[in-house]
Amino acid sequence: MLRYILRRLAWSVPTLLLVTFLVYIALRIGTNPVESYKRVNPRASRAKIQQYIDVNGLDPNFIQGYFKWLKNFITGDWAPSIKGRREVWPALKDAMANTLRLGIAATVVGIFFGLIFGVLAALRPGGRRDVFINTSAFVGISIPPFISAILLQLLFAVYWQRWFGFSLFPTSGVYPAGHTGFDLFLMLKFMALPTIIVAIQIIATYSRYMRSSLLDVLNSDYMRTARSKGISERRILIKHGMRNALIPVVTIAALDVGSIVGGLIITENIFSYPGMGLYFLKSFGEGDFPLLMPWMVVIVASILLFNLIADISYAWLDPRIRLE
Amino acid sequence: MTEKVLEIRDLRVTFETPSGPLEAVRGVDLDVSAGELLGVVGESGSGKSVTFLATMGLLPARARVTGSVLLAGEQLIGASNKYMRSVRGRLLSMIFQDPLSALNPVHRIGNQIAEMLQSHQDLSKRDAEKRAIELLDIVGIPQPSERATQFPHEFSGGMRQRVVIAIAIANNPKVLIADEPTTALDVTVQAQILEVIERVQERFGTAVVLITHDLGVIARVADRVNVMYAGRNVEQGTIDSLFDHPSHPYTRGLLASLPEPGKQRLKPITGFPPNMLNPPKGCAFHTRCEYAAEVCKLDLPELQTFGDLQTACVRAKELPKAESRV
Repeated sequence: MLRYILRRLAWSVPTLLLVTFLVYIALRIGTNPVESYKRVNPRASRAKIQQYIDVNGLDPNFIQGYFKWLKNFITGDWAPSIKGRREVWPALKDAMANTLRLGIAATVVGIFFGLIFGVLAALRPGGRRDVFINTSAFVGISIPPFISAILLQLLFAVYWQRWFGFSLFPTSGVYPAGHTGFDLFLMLKFMALPTIIVAIQIIATYSRYMRSSLLDVLNSDYMRTARSKGISERRILIKHGMRNALIPVVTIAALDVGSIVGGLIITENIFSYPGMGLYFLKSFGEGDFPLLMPWMVVIVASILLFNLIADISYAWLDPRIRLE
Repeated sequence: MTEKVLEIRDLRVTFETPSGPLEAVRGVDLDVSAGELLGVVGESGSGKSVTFLATMGLLPARARVTGSVLLAGEQLIGASNKYMRSVRGRLLSMIFQDPLSALNPVHRIGNQIAEMLQSHQDLSKRDAEKRAIELLDIVGIPQPSERATQFPHEFSGGMRQRVVIAIAIANNPKVLIADEPTTALDVTVQAQILEVIERVQERFGTAVVLITHDLGVIARVADRVNVMYAGRNVEQGTIDSLFDHPSHPYTRGLLASLPEPGKQRLKPITGFPPNMLNPPKGCAFHTRCEYAAEVCKLDLPELQTFGDLQTACVRAKELPKAESRV
C-alpha cells in the first residue's frame, strides 16, 4: 500500500510537468502574455518588458521558455502580477484559504444532508417520501446557482431589511469593508449564503447518488442473507447496507472535493467572494500570466492528489480492490 | 411416526402486481419431520421458493401471506417481527442459490459467521470467532483459522457455499432450508455440497428441506419428496414409492423427462407452466396432461392417499400404472 502511494506520488511529478507545459502553451497562444503586459503598462520601458519576459520565461521558443519559467517557479522567483505589481503567493494563498473554507463547509453540510436524504428515499422506493426527496433533488440540481443565489440575496438582505429593519446575511465579500483581523462570527455570517448555495447543489447530487447506490445494495442477495440471520433491521442497514453503499459515494466525493479547489466560479462571482474562482476570472480577464500559471499548478496538483485519495479510500473500503 | 417440526397448512401467498393479484402459492400443506431430508421439486414459478421464504418471513411487505405455519408448535404466520427475528437463524435458517452473491463482500468470513452466533447466543466476540473456525472445519474448509480472516472473493464458489452452510447451521437450527443450493455450482462441486448437507443433517439431527428442480439431486439424498406445480402440492411420498410408482401425471412426466443410459430421446412435458395471474380452472395441470378429462376442469383436486403416496389428482385411481423406475 505504502509502495503504491509512493509510486503514484512519484508518477504525479511527470504528470504535473506535462500538464503545466500544455497549460503554458495554451496560455501563451490564448492570452499572449507579452501583449497583455504592454496593454496594462503602456509606458513600460523596453528594459522593463525584457525583464518581464525573462522572469516569466516568455521566450519566443516555447520549450526554452517553459523550462525557464519552471526553474523560476521552483526556485520561488515568481514574477509579480502585471497589474499593480502585486506579489502572487499571498494573493493565491488567500484565495485558496477562502475557497477551501467555503468548499469544505458546503461539502460537509451538503454530503451530510445528501446522504441522509438519499437513505430516507431508498428505504421506501416509490413512496411519498421518496417522490418528495427525488423531486426536490431534481429542482435543486436544475435551478442554476445564479438564480438561487439572487433569490436568497433578495430574501435575506433586501426583503429582510424592508421587513425587520436589518439584513440577516451580507451578500458579498468575506468581511465588511475595512475590517482587519480574524472574527469567526462575522466570517460565518458572510459565508452563510454562498455556503447554502453550494450545499444545495451537493445535497441534491448526493441524495441521488446515495439513493441509487443504497437501492442496489438493498436488493442484493447478501442483504437477504443478513435478514435470514435474524439480526435487527438497524444493524442490517448500517453494517451490511451502508457499508457497501458508501463505497462508490466516498470515491465520487473525493474526486469532487479535488475539483472544488478550482473555485466555485459562479457562486464566488455572485457573492464577490475572493476565492480561487474569482481569482481566475480576474487574472484571466487581464491576461495576467504571472497570476495564472501558479493557479493552474495548484488546480492540477489538487486534482492529482484527490484522485489518489479516491483510489486509496476505494481500496480501503472495498477489500476486493487491491492497489498494486 | 417421528415428531413434526414444521407443519404448513393451507399456505397462500399473493403478490399485488400492476396486472392484478398473483397467487404464487395456492394452499400448500406440507410437513417436515425432525431429522428428515425432505425434497421439494417443481419448475421455476411453481411456488417452491416462495413457500419457504414465507415460512422464513423473508417476503417483501407487499406479499400477502395467509394460512398456518407451525414451527415446533409455534405459529409463524402473523407473528411479530421481533419473534420472527428470534426464529430466523436460530430455529430456522436458509441457504440460498447463488453462493457468489450470498456473502457480504466487505466483511471477513469469520465475522459473518460470528455475527450469526452472537445475534442468538450470549457469546463474547472471541468465543464466537473460535466457534466460527470450528464451523468452517465442520463444513470441510481446510485451514479454517486462516480462512476465517479472508474475504468472500478469496473463496471459490463451492467453498463459499460451504461458508453459507456454516452460517446457516451456526445456531444448530431445527430446520435448514436449502433453496437450490447446488444449482449455481459445477457438477463435481454439487456432489460435495450435498455431502456436506447430509453430514450436517446426520451429525446434528437437523431437518433439511432441499428445494430443487433437479430430480437427480432429490433421488440422491432425500427421504421424502413433495412435488409442486402451479403453487400447489400435487404429490408427496417417500422417495422410493415416488420413483417406483408415481401416481400424479405431472410426476410421471417429470420422471419420464429424465435422461437415462440407453435412452435415445427425452420425453418432455408438452406445453408451458400456466400463467399464475390467470391459472386454469380446476387442476392447473389439465392443460398439459395427457390423461385430462372434463372432471379435471371442475375443482382444484385435494391430496388423497393412494397406497404410500398422497396425490392431488381426481383420476389417479383410473390411470394406468406407471412403469417402475427403480
